[in-house]
Amino acid sequence: MSITTTADGRVVERRKRPPRERAKSAVWHLSLLAVLAIVLYPALWVLIASVKPNAEIITDASLIPSTITWEHFASAFDGLAGVPLWRFFWNSTLIAGLSVIGIVLSCSITAYALGRLSFPGRKAMFGIVIATLLLPGQVMLIPQYLIFSEMEVVNTIFPLVVGKFLALDAFFVFMYVQFLRGIPRELDHAAKIDGAGHFRIFFSIMLPLLRPAIVTSAIFTFIWSWNDFLGPLIYLHEIEKFPLPRLLQSYENTEAVSNYGGMMAMTLLSLIPVVLFFLVFQKFLIKGIAASGIKG
Amino acid sequence: MSASPSTAAPSEADEAGAPPTRGNRGAAKRRSSAIRGGERFAGYTFMLPWIIGTAVFTIGPMVWSLYLSFTDYHLIRGGDWIGLDNYTAMFDDPMFARAVRVTLMYVVFAVPIKLAASLAVAMLLVQRRRGIGFYRAAFYMPSLIAMSVGIAIVWKALFANGGPQDQFMSWFGWEGGGFIGNPSVSILMLVLLSVWTFGAPMVIFMAGLLQVPGELYEAAEVDGAGKWHRFVKITLPMLSPVIFFNVLMETVGAFQLFGPAYIIGGEAGAPAWSTLFYTVRIYSLAFIDLRMGYASAWAWVLVLAVGVVTLIMFRAAKSLVYYAGEDNR
Repeated sequence: MSITTTADGRVVERRKRPPRERAKSAVWHLSLLAVLAIVLYPALWVLIASVKPNAEIITDASLIPSTITWEHFASAFDGLAGVPLWRFFWNSTLIAGLSVIGIVLSCSITAYALGRLSFPGRKAMFGIVIATLLLPGQVMLIPQYLIFSEMEVVNTIFPLVVGKFLALDAFFVFMYVQFLRGIPRELDHAAKIDGAGHFRIFFSIMLPLLRPAIVTSAIFTFIWSWNDFLGPLIYLHEIEKFPLPRLLQSYENTEAVSNYGGMMAMTLLSLIPVVLFFLVFQKFLIKGIAASGIKG
Repeated sequence: MSASPSTAAPSEADEAGAPPTRGNRGAAKRRSSAIRGGERFAGYTFMLPWIIGTAVFTIGPMVWSLYLSFTDYHLIRGGDWIGLDNYTAMFDDPMFARAVRVTLMYVVFAVPIKLAASLAVAMLLVQRRRGIGFYRAAFYMPSLIAMSVGIAIVWKALFANGGPQDQFMSWFGWEGGGFIGNPSVSILMLVLLSVWTFGAPMVIFMAGLLQVPGELYEAAEVDGAGKWHRFVKITLPMLSPVIFFNVLMETVGAFQLFGPAYIIGGEAGAPAWSTLFYTVRIYSLAFIDLRMGYASAWAWVLVLAVGVVTLIMFRAAKSLVYYAGEDNR
């Protein structure tokens, strides 16, 4: 059997396989299950830790708790310093939701201009987009902070989302440009002949066709801004405004020693939206990653 | 797939429209220049958010931080031009040596181990079809959550004294306790966190592996080439563009690790500066000590280092990466 399986692979499998083939298949599954066990252990561990009695969490490595307790979730819902947990979920959702809207709108129109229109300076602009792909963001961090504090928007979510509306995520611009290349130009030409302007062409022809790119960028933007820690660490200082990563960090600094289980329950709850998103869209996402090289 | 600028701009030839016919050439010319004008207007309008954003939040800040790196700017006290003093001071700063050492150790261990694991599992996965989707999804999932604060906290627990890692390793005679309190191995926590996310490059490797024509392997098998031979002579060269892409992206990313390092080691890179990552130090210089001029110099050294590494990789790729259909070997 060759290494690549072709479409007739299924036919081969339906036949009664010789014992040698079966043994090979068993070894294949066993080795992958071993990898799976290692990969899933941390996820299962946090799941179990959130229902274990506090005293057992660290010291008991096994995945079977002696007793199951739900009190950690009760204390997790209480949040921190009188601010309930739902508030932090709302803050995270707001930041992630605005980021998604910003990225989809700004990156798609930027990519349409770069990939489909011709105007002086386009090549140079595309060059800048490519150059910023690999540029470490830390170098802009300090002046950006000074700009935002001059604008008196520190301690608001403005600094966290404004860049999303200005197409500054070079990766997504690049992804949209790549995607546009697969859309036949005859469509634009036909629309142009019918008298459609560029705004019409973009909104009524390109945007619907870009749907797979839009979904991919929306999901990744949601997950990345949900996980983002550095931005909120620098710009948000009041606990009522914290998104979940800042909550977890503060909780760890203040309560972790006394209530380890509460923190594990909180951690678990904060990861659930990301995991759910992934499970719902996983086939779609993985196709997108394979095609564009998003690193996750 | 590769981010090389040479493939960037689509051709302009097909945008000028149909060639004008003889009789109404003048009118067509006028019309086409009107279309061009409209296109230009639409182009700049659509680019406007990006142009503003890039000027205000990318290029402006880069110039500004370059300037700041030659001053002793302090957020409260302000600062003056001090020439190259920040850059010379870095080389006498023990924290600089520590941060560079920790970051390089991380890059040198995390990137190769993660990529080797992801290639190995990818090669295993593409051999058969049944179950491939399930395994691929399960292996990919850690990549989405690994950089979160939540997982960093879980990691601290897994590697705590008396925690799962400590218990597991003590069956094999380990007496070093949890990795988290042990400066000689604490960096391994972050290396393992990175290896845990092998699923992301794995998916990209799988896409590349499925493109290698099966006839190559069949022909090699007929010629009596063994498994190792086929891997070295067929898989590696055919996959080299994908390998290059993954090595580049993972390396550039590894230089910039922040979140998990900050949660696990704190501002001081505990224990004993053993997890003092470069970006963590930039953060505490700029936003705790408020020494923004000095921190800018640190940031620029990072940009230069990443630039040099990227350049070396592109140079090396010229002779090491094989693009099928191009005769450059």
